[in-house]
This record gives sequence, structure tokens and C-alpha cells, in this order.
Amino acid sequence: MNIVLDIFTIAAVSAGAFVFMAGTVGLLRFPDELTRLHALTKADNLGLGLIVFGLLPQMDNMFAALKLISVWLLVQFSGAMVTQLIARTIRRGMNA
Amino acid sequence: MTMDIVFDIGLVALLISIAVWSIVARDAFSAIMIFMVYGLLLSLAWVRLAAVDIALTEAAIGAGVTGMLLLNALARLRMTGSDAAPAALPLRIAAGVLCMLVSAALSALVLFPSGEPTTLAPAVMARLGESGLENPVAGVLFVFRSLDTLLEKVVLLLALLAVWSLAPDGLWGGIPGLRVFAEKKSVLVFLAQTLPPIGIMVAIYMCWVGASEPGGAFQGGAVLAAMWILVMVAGLRKVPSIDSQSVRLAMAVGPVVFLAIGIAGIFVANSFLAYPSDYAKPLIVVIEATLTLSIGVTLGLLAAGPPEKVQQP
Repeated sequence: MNIVLDIFTIAAVSAGAFVFMAGTVGLLRFPDELTRLHALTKADNLGLGLIVFGLLPQMDNMFAALKLISVWLLVQFSGAMVTQLIARTIRRGMNA
Repeated sequence: MTMDIVFDIGLVALLISIAVWSIVARDAFSAIMIFMVYGLLLSLAWVRLAAVDIALTEAAIGAGVTGMLLLNALARLRMTGSDAAPAALPLRIAAGVLCMLVSAALSALVLFPSGEPTTLAPAVMARLGESGLENPVAGVLFVFRSLDTLLEKVVLLLALLAVWSLAPDGLWGGIPGLRVFAEKKSVLVFLAQTLPPIGIMVAIYMCWVGASEPGGAFQGGAVLAAMWILVMVAGLRKVPSIDSQSVRLAMAVGPVVFLAIGIAGIFVANSFLAYPSDYAKPLIVVIEATLTLSIGVTLGLLAAGPPEKVQQP
């Protein structure tokens, strides 16, 4: 059973790392601010989500797992909000 | 094991190159951003050294609060139009030489220690239990080196007084010039309405858990300050004037309680800043709780800056 969980962890965390790398490539290569923000948020949400998901079976107890999930939810929430704020500021700059 | 070493070497190389990058960055805004990234990576290095308390503080204070203060300073420089003028060459050379001397001295001390390095860790661990605390860092901060901790909080108040003293005479007692972006139904307002309840809970948790696990007053206070600033910037609560009684009380309560318990220690436990043995932990928790509030308010006001408006009657 343990080895199955370990394989699951390795697969999910690696997938998360890959999403982060893809996000970084997007951040560096995309042509303008809005698309770069898009790349960044995908990395945050999906990449961190996969890493958290992968680490869940490695936690000793429920509370540690809940903490991990709440970290992910908080990052998603604040990330989405801050991205909105940045994107709106950019759009205001375009219209002006 | 080898993977760890590869990771550590990579982290150190990254840290050094980012440090160099933040120095050579042409424009002040990028330099500050790089400095904040540097702070976050440095906190990773602290985690690798198993110093989670310091990692938390580095992320909250070193990267977060310091970065925000630097950004504030930059915004002010831009308002006065003096950010474009680079410092004079002799000044830059002098600053560079001084920094290099400090770095060289520190590296020399670390790389070539004179004599066998002494560690007090076993002595701390042997007697930590008497304080009722489980986190050795909290033990050192509040039991073995409590004078340092007390002075550290007083220094924070002095720093705030220094910021306030930048106000012209007529504005003393006025309202700090924090930029407020009050717009009904904006994303910022929504964020400022939803995040603080969670943030305040996290701050209380960090302060409470500090007795047995990494955390404590400074980390909790930094989170508290961030939530307060968010609420003020979104215009949900007014920025208080600096002569407001409740603000001053909140700023002072932590250090005053710490000092009062310390002085009481002279009579009850025979030494300044000593705790009576049965009540050590509850007293430390009281000190930590009040310090968290004071640090939160002080950091928030530091970010708000010197007074710029006269209070409307």
C-alpha cells in the first residue's frame, strides 16, 4: 500500500512541478502582461494543487492534511484576487 | 543525501546571483522586487537549516514588511521626483566599501572561528522544560535572552517615532498619508472583506502555537499588520490619527506588559525579567499575546508612514 501511495505522490508532485515550469516558460515567453498573468495563475492554481494533492497521503494526521488544503485554497483565493487587481490596473492603463 | 546537497548548492548559487542582481538592477522598483524574491528564497534556506522560526520571520518581516516599506519609500521619492537622480559616485563607492567590509568580517568570523565554537544548545534543552515551553526558540527569546527580546520591541517603537518625527510641526497628531483606494464593490474591497477574518485567525494561531512549535509574536504581528493595512487601503476603516488614544495604547501595551512582568520578577523571582517557576508559561503567553497586538499595530503604522493630513474635527 505504501509503495502505491509513494508512487502517487511522486507522480502528482512531478506533474505539479511540470505545471510550474510550464507557467514559468509562459511568464517568460508570452507577449503581453495579460497573457503572462494567465500563465502565472495556471501555475499557482493547478501546479500548487497537484503538489498539495500529491503530498496529502504523506501527512501523519487529518489536521496536517487540512492545513495543506487550506494553504492551497488561500493561495488560490488571494492569487485570483491579486491577478484581478493587476489586470484591471493594466486595462485602465490601456484605456487611458 | 546527495540530492539534498545538489538542492542546497543550487539554492546558495541562486541566492548569491539574486543578491548580486538586486544590487546591479538599474531601476529602484525592480531592485525592490528582486530583494523581496531574495527574502523568500532566504527563508527557504532557513528551512533547509531546520530554523523554521527564522524562516517564518524572514518571509514575513524580511521579504514582506521590509519590501512594503521600501516600496512606500520609492512611491514617496517618485512623488518628489527625486528617484531619478542617482546618488553621487563617492557616496556609492563608500557604501559599497562599507558593505564589503561588513561581509568580509562576517565571512571571516564564520569561516575561520577563533577556537572551538561553543554551543549553549544542550544547556538550553536541559532546562527548557522548567519554563513549560516546548519550542526552544521561544524559550531562548522569552526566558534565556528576554532582555534582548524586550529591547527589540522597544526598538520597533523607536523606529515608528522616527518615522512620525518626519512630519512637519503643524501635522503632528495628524493622519498618516497611506494611499487609500476606496471604490465601492471593487475587487480590493471584496478581498479586504473576506481575507482579514482568516488572517486574524492565522495570526492568533501563530502567536498561540509559538510556545510549542515555530511561530510567535513577530510572525503573528506581521500577519495582523498586513490584514489591518489591507482594510485601511480598501477604505473599509479609516487610517487613525497618530494621537488616537486607542492606537497609542495598542502600540504600548505589549512592551509595557513585558516590562511590568519583568519588574515584578525582581520581587517574586529574585531577578529582573525572571518568572516565578509555576507561572512561567501563562505569563509568557500573556506577554506574547500583547506583543502580537503591539507589533501588528506598530508595523501597520510604520507602513502607513508619517502624518500628512490634519485630523478633521
